[in-house]
Amino acid sequence: MIKHLFQRLSIPILTFGLLTAPALRAADLTLLNVSYDPTRELYQDVNRAFSAYWKTKSGGDNLTIRQSHGGSGKQGRAVIDGLEADVVTLALAYDIDAISAKAGLLPKDWQQRLPNNSSPYTSTIVFLVRKGNPKGIKDWDDLIKPGLAVITPNPKTSGGARWNYLAAWGYALHRNGNDEVKAREFVTKLFKNVPVLDSGARGSTTTFVERGIGDVLLAWENEAFLAIKELGPDQFEMVVPVESILAEPPVALVDKVVDRHGTRPVAQAYLDYLYSDDGQTLIGKHFYRPRNPAIAVRFTQQFPTIKLFTIDEVFGGWQQAQQTHFADGGIFDQIYQ
Amino acid sequence: MQFRLKQRSVLPGFNLALGYTLLYMSLIVLIPLSAAFIKTADLTWTEFWAVVTTPRVLASYRLTFGASLIAALINVSAGLVIAWVLVRYSFPGKRLVDAMVDLPFALPTAVAGIALTALYASNGWIGSVLALIGIKVAFTPLGVVVALVFISLPFVIRTVQPVLEDLEAEVEEAAACLGATRWQTFRWIIFPAVRPALLTGFTLAFARCIGEYGSVIFIAGNLPMVSEITPLLIVTKLEQYDYRGATAIAVVMLVISFLLLLLINLLQWWSRQRHAI
Amino acid sequence: MLVSPIQRAITEPPIVRRLLIGLTLGFLTLFLFLPLAAVFYEALRKGLGVYFAALVDPDAAAAIRLTLLCAMIAVPLNLVFGIAAAWAIAKFEFHGKSVLITLIDLPFAVSPVIAGLIYVLMFGAQGWLGPWLAAHDIKILFAVPGIVLATVFVTFPFIARELIPLMQEQGIEEEEAALVLGASGWQTFWRITLPNIKWGLLYGVVLCTARAMGEFGAVSVVSGHIRGATNTLPLQVEILYNEYQFAAAFAVASLLTVLALVMLAVKALIEWQAHQTRRAALAAKGETEG
Repeated sequence: MIKHLFQRLSIPILTFGLLTAPALRAADLTLLNVSYDPTRELYQDVNRAFSAYWKTKSGGDNLTIRQSHGGSGKQGRAVIDGLEADVVTLALAYDIDAISAKAGLLPKDWQQRLPNNSSPYTSTIVFLVRKGNPKGIKDWDDLIKPGLAVITPNPKTSGGARWNYLAAWGYALHRNGNDEVKAREFVTKLFKNVPVLDSGARGSTTTFVERGIGDVLLAWENEAFLAIKELGPDQFEMVVPVESILAEPPVALVDKVVDRHGTRPVAQAYLDYLYSDDGQTLIGKHFYRPRNPAIAVRFTQQFPTIKLFTIDEVFGGWQQAQQTHFADGGIFDQIYQ
Repeated sequence: MQFRLKQRSVLPGFNLALGYTLLYMSLIVLIPLSAAFIKTADLTWTEFWAVVTTPRVLASYRLTFGASLIAALINVSAGLVIAWVLVRYSFPGKRLVDAMVDLPFALPTAVAGIALTALYASNGWIGSVLALIGIKVAFTPLGVVVALVFISLPFVIRTVQPVLEDLEAEVEEAAACLGATRWQTFRWIIFPAVRPALLTGFTLAFARCIGEYGSVIFIAGNLPMVSEITPLLIVTKLEQYDYRGATAIAVVMLVISFLLLLLINLLQWWSRQRHAI
Repeated sequence: MLVSPIQRAITEPPIVRRLLIGLTLGFLTLFLFLPLAAVFYEALRKGLGVYFAALVDPDAAAAIRLTLLCAMIAVPLNLVFGIAAAWAIAKFEFHGKSVLITLIDLPFAVSPVIAGLIYVLMFGAQGWLGPWLAAHDIKILFAVPGIVLATVFVTFPFIARELIPLMQEQGIEEEEAALVLGASGWQTFWRITLPNIKWGLLYGVVLCTARAMGEFGAVSVVSGHIRGATNTLPLQVEILYNEYQFAAAFAVASLLTVLALVMLAVKALIEWQAHQTRRAALAAKGETEG
């Protein structure tokens, strides 16, 4: 009887054991990199390369790097709410600022701790159009033509979309001699042409590519390259505006978490690796613009020349931009009233 | 009406069963839900009111409740017909159709959203046909209605079906003997019998639609003031680190859901009372 | 076959019948069968190789394990609750019953997003219990317990709601008789009540399991999306979709659909069985009475 009972019990116990076992015999070291949507492919390669590098450097440590991807704001919130990220690699400095301010997991001056504003790579905002550019889109001014359909995600939920919005705003400012009213008119007209606001950058790409909606997609440069490569060079082409914004996606060590996990050295090495020659080369291969000029030279063929402005120059930094444009009741909300 | 706490019964286990029910419910549902109310208490009444009545939020209520109402009404009419067909008629594949009615309930909402968008987009199987006559479904408020019709499909059917099954043929025969036409029998005998079930099904479908998120965001287009549903606004606020704003809207939805459900349960109690007399 | 006037009067003319059947099939095709077909069409569009590759991918396998694990924990919890709640509500009269039933229903009408949000407010690092949990190194949010909790919440009412009307209908005479004949409370429950509610219970379990495996919104808020660790199958679908691996996304989605269909098949079988049992019981009763 007892034996019988035990036999019946052992199946669920075994099943449970099998299910939990992989977590228990996990590698000696585990890092969690909490990132935003478009970096999946980049960090898959970086993680593989860095694990091998760390194994030789440390003398045999088995390093597992786990990835978590999602909208930048969503990911920032998850870290604030307790997702134990050793490093965060998000789309906007604003989101890491929020982690610092709301959860105190890293110091306020985190952005000064690594070179180049803690951004090992940059990108910019470009246009993706259908093959042959049937609507003849050349620059920002073409986007506000009546009847054109522009696809961009929602700046309220997507980090990439905020870069899109700010790029358009900055362009209009420069074009109109820094006239805020004209810039606002321009951006209002632009969003009048937007038929779908997906919640994330990848959602917008899918809408544009798979659903066939829209004449032009505003996208990260790296996303535009990837979309063309993955989804069909025969169907889409990239259009580069004369001027755009310098997007600087930052990376940071989450101090409180690495200290609790005892992973500070490896996490620090991981971030430093992004600045190394190997890291920068991988970055270039994944269509992000490397920071190191020596490496960037190798990719000059790939990246078109664009006049770039920074968020600090034009908007006085993220806090300011967020307050004016994206906060509740801010200019973006007013556009839709 | 009974105001005694409990009627005398010889059955044991009341205290244990009710105690466990209340304990488990408190842990899983009530205490976490109260967290939302307490978080909202951080706001003053005026702040709360301001958050939940901005034009964008009001527009989202209109869409959420309007589309849910339309979807629930579509399902009431379609559900009655489908339940009738499944109970009264036989046709090849009926058993299969009957089993599949529950699919929207079991299918993950994200999958439903992606599949419906693929179908109803202007280059999809259905969307391309509709595009010919100038109707756009995906990425318009109509898309929201389609998604909601899908996810609330089973509720009316499943509440009406058992009532139709239990309906006694004698009553209809008697009506026919007394010279009633088929339509009169339906209008005066059958319809009143299924009316409470229809109402319950309607309210269940409506309640389910109001909260729906996963399937709608894929197909809605999410334009502020046009095709943005209330749950999406909650997520939007959360992703901007506005916990209090998010919980304030959540509290409004919670209260509405609770009132709706209370209404169904009172209706059911009321119809049982009437039935008993 | 002769059709009597009565029979004619209690059914509809063939044209109406065909019209209604046509309407039913048309509506269901538009809203049910085509979406289902679309899932499988998209999944198999790139061929069987891509289809199976998506299912044996380590991340997908981890997601399958996690999804099953969550259902295996959440369903029994709600099963015990469902029986207790139905026992109290169906077999006893007490004040406030309507409110209690409404509260049991509440998770059904609460937006999954809100379900996720309330657990964040409770267990998040900035929430009520967050600091205490962190101090004791207990992980709930962004780990398996949080995902299980969210699953339990969204599937909370199903078994209870299935059992309450069934047990109300059955009344309490049989249990009273057993007790009068000297059975203990537990004996009465195991030998009388449980066999009576067996089919309804199984039906509830099946619905609950199906819903547990498919939950997306609530789980998405509390999961943390760590690949290979806290992604359930529905989240894996979203990830693949976002990686432009549309065929793979629909392949995983089709797996979920198949799981749902299996559940529905089990449900249909249960109904058929229950029907047979009832007929057998009625026949037996008829014989003894005759």
